[in-house]
Amino acid sequence: MSERDTSGNIITTDVSISTVGERELVEDQFSGRSPLGLWADTWRRLRRNHLAVVGMCIIIVFLALGITQEFANLVGLNTGDPGTGYLAPYDPNAVNYELSPNGLGSAPSWSHPFGTDYLGRDVFSRTLVATRISMLVGVIAVAIALFLGLILGPVSGYYGGWVDSVIMRTADVFFAFPYILFVLLIMTVLGPGLWNVFIAIGILGWATYARLNRGSVLSVKAMEYVEAARAQGASDLRIIFRHVLPNTMAPIYVAIAMGIGGAIVTEAALSYLGIGIQPPDASWGKMISDYLTYLQAGSWWMVTFPSVALTVSVFGFISFGNGLRDATDPKLKE
Amino acid sequence: MGERLLTVDGLSTHFFTYAGVVKAVNGVSFTLDRKETLGIVGESGSGKTVAALSLMRLIPDPPGKVVEGTLMLGDRDLRTLSDEEMRKVRGNDIAMVFQDPMTSLNPVLKVGDQIAEAIILHQGKTKAEAWKMSAELLNRVGIPDADKRISHYPFEFSGGMRQRAMIAMAISCNPDILIADEPTTALDVTIQAQIIEVIEEMQQRYESGVILITHDLGVVAEIADKVMVMYGGRTVEYAGIDEIFYNPHHPYTWGLLGSLPRLDEIEKTRLTPIKGQPPDLIALPSGCPFVGRCAYERTECRDEWPALEIVGPDHGVNCWIPEDQRREFRAALPHFQEYVR
Amino acid sequence: MSLLEVSGLKKYFPIRTGILKRTTGQVYAVDGVGFSVEKGETLGLVGESGCGKSTTGRAVLRLIAPTAGTITFEGTDIMAASRSEMQRLRRDMQIIFQDPYASLNPRMRVRDIVGESLKIHDIGTEAERKKRVFELLETVGLSAEHAERYPHEFSGGQRQRIGIARALALKPKLIICDEPVSALDVSIRAQVINLLEDLQDEFDLTYVFIAHDLSVVKHASDRVAVMYLGKIVEISDSALLYDYPQHPYSEALLSAVPIPDPTTERARRRIILEGDVPSPTNPPKGCVFHPRCPRAQEICTTAMPALSSTGGDAGERHEVACYFPARFIGGERSVASEPFEGATPSASA
Repeated sequence: MSERDTSGNIITTDVSISTVGERELVEDQFSGRSPLGLWADTWRRLRRNHLAVVGMCIIIVFLALGITQEFANLVGLNTGDPGTGYLAPYDPNAVNYELSPNGLGSAPSWSHPFGTDYLGRDVFSRTLVATRISMLVGVIAVAIALFLGLILGPVSGYYGGWVDSVIMRTADVFFAFPYILFVLLIMTVLGPGLWNVFIAIGILGWATYARLNRGSVLSVKAMEYVEAARAQGASDLRIIFRHVLPNTMAPIYVAIAMGIGGAIVTEAALSYLGIGIQPPDASWGKMISDYLTYLQAGSWWMVTFPSVALTVSVFGFISFGNGLRDATDPKLKE
Repeated sequence: MGERLLTVDGLSTHFFTYAGVVKAVNGVSFTLDRKETLGIVGESGSGKTVAALSLMRLIPDPPGKVVEGTLMLGDRDLRTLSDEEMRKVRGNDIAMVFQDPMTSLNPVLKVGDQIAEAIILHQGKTKAEAWKMSAELLNRVGIPDADKRISHYPFEFSGGMRQRAMIAMAISCNPDILIADEPTTALDVTIQAQIIEVIEEMQQRYESGVILITHDLGVVAEIADKVMVMYGGRTVEYAGIDEIFYNPHHPYTWGLLGSLPRLDEIEKTRLTPIKGQPPDLIALPSGCPFVGRCAYERTECRDEWPALEIVGPDHGVNCWIPEDQRREFRAALPHFQEYVR
Repeated sequence: MSLLEVSGLKKYFPIRTGILKRTTGQVYAVDGVGFSVEKGETLGLVGESGCGKSTTGRAVLRLIAPTAGTITFEGTDIMAASRSEMQRLRRDMQIIFQDPYASLNPRMRVRDIVGESLKIHDIGTEAERKKRVFELLETVGLSAEHAERYPHEFSGGQRQRIGIARALALKPKLIICDEPVSALDVSIRAQVINLLEDLQDEFDLTYVFIAHDLSVVKHASDRVAVMYLGKIVEISDSALLYDYPQHPYSEALLSAVPIPDPTTERARRRIILEGDVPSPTNPPKGCVFHPRCPRAQEICTTAMPALSSTGGDAGERHEVACYFPARFIGGERSVASEPFEGATPSASA
């Protein structure tokens, strides 16, 4: 198919995939200018990384579980009372002393695959329902951190000067404090409760995203397409959020994956220390905290299964994050 | 010229990527004599850089592979040499100057160290001797205060000076062949003139053959003795310097010449561009890669690569258009009104 | 009244070093540049790296804030314009960039890139804007079906066309072309040069054409200004520059440019300049070119000569900033041994 340009010259308008240049082939394969476009290429490389694929499957499974549990909770499934529902074989809070003869719970069996705890509650159901908490924390805390970080980061990087100094030095302060202590401090101030956990973890996370993003912003703002936008009369706001931010997101996605993993662990730590969520909500961390003493008495199943759930879910996020980072790195040879 | 230094016959280098096989170089042949300068002319996707790197056996494998061809350096076929033997050839018999002087020098090593490296490697000199030779070489390529400069790092050199340092590195072991890959593209034009002069001087002094890879026909007109025009991995035409400019036979060569603005044009004439886009090396046709951009395309062009046609002494072209028709077409082009023979 | 008048333009970039970021020096990128551009003409700005041509182009658009000088567009002083006035002015002055890969936002579709300015200035309805984008794409030799694609799907030459379409969207009067073809393949350059010429005729555009390739600049421009280290050293009709170069730098530049013609090349006498281009952080005192100048004398170290005309074959509009310019009278070239009085610097130097 061909068209004529204004000179009357015939130009072909078939647009083939952009040329695979010699220099790219020889020196630096796929140096960012992939013939297939950034995401298709990333996906292809990700697929080859088996660990990352496993991580991705784990994430999908746990997120799905978390979403279903949250939905069940809101709707009041099985309890008729919105805000307390669950979707599990047994009521996670149903106490049953018969299933806990010595106050040590009963070992895994066909009817209770993960066994029961010292109050006779089904460990499988409790573990399952606790998924909701972990996933919520992961997603919401990171969302809060992202929201703050992706406003302060671009603003800091784009304007530079004293704005940049103030924001980055503040971020430094956040980095300097030991993370757990800081979270503890905030929880003590706010008091226990699910939403407070979200806020505490989220509020501290902004620094990572801001600093990470600021670096990318510095290089993107020097690009000619930003100048072009300015030449067309675009406002700073438009430039920052329409031109700069979207082009700095690649490392952010990786940080999100890692961040969710980190938030889950932090919540577990808080709950373990007793200042996280409160009953009747149960999280894996809380369960581990409650059940640890029973380990000495021989009731290993109570602690084990929530720990495995915690480990596997976090592993999934981290592996996927690592894989994503490798897949989006243009310089990494295959 | 002098003795025959290099004979390349039927060189083909392919890259086996996930997106397909990229036939970067396809059946390219050329020769180089002592004291001769061969200009390899082409644009992006022409395969000129890959051809040079194939000669040096610097093609990364995977994904690249020299799939065919003989590379006779004297009486040895470079393709048959072991890695060890090839390393002795690189820097010693054949040396290369790369395009971007900013990135071709190691920023954390002193310039003297980098030049001395090749000397120590190939000539077995001691470090002290090699350093002394480095200073001499820097001086020879026209860098002032050479004794002090060898202890400097690349960032302390300007672009032109870095390129001179690269040339010094290349000639340190008196190579028979010097390959310069776009040596002046990244430089200002007044510096470019200096560098071309240095290359010419070094060629005179060491009596080496020079392969100059460039897209700049002006530079070619300046120092090349003969020219090979590449497009889409193939040689479409080769000839002596005057023949290529005044008696070219391939439509791509015509197109190139017609699309150049000339400094000495007396009245403003409209340029005649080549329509279309550079070739996509993954989806090359089995015939002539210039298909789609050629104003004189015929039915056979897409499917079959035309055989070599000798149109004069040392002048060959690969084109399906019969010779007399070619002359007709060419005579009609505005650029050739003066030069038609 | 000229479309664009620039006078005494200066742009210095501070160099900040140390923890406290104290200003330890300046980059004298543009140091007293003046010229005027008539409607419909193309002024070429040519020079090597560090000469300040790109900075000048951007300063004219106020993409960079000039340190000093006046810029008048259609009689309006740009420097004094308010934010909203500047916004209005932006519709009349646009820019085309050098790097076809960096000048288009990789995350935006072509239709958004080309149509963005229409959106910013709130022109037309959604449907009207869409129509205009298609129109623009056709004008630059692309087609409507390209609108939905992303930049990475196009070759360098096509991306440059997209950039041109973007610049045309607001129907500007003046376009700064900053090295528009330098990053393109040789055979594609001619396409874009011809396109720019055609657009100039069709839309009555005025260009400031910035490039380092003298052949391209001379071909594309009506008049050419040669820049060196932040100053204009010579300005003349492009046809006359090759025949009557008066400034020693122009001579050297012209002789250094390779001409694709072996016979001409063999006959040429090359003037090779010594040394490198000095850094704009530390420009020489007096005439900026004197350290490399084959004709330099004592007076050249005192003050930068002013641009003025020597007359003769070169014509009245041909100006040069040199104490010992080459003069052409009746086809004869000569260099006087006495300094040229017209070059005595004025108060603004």
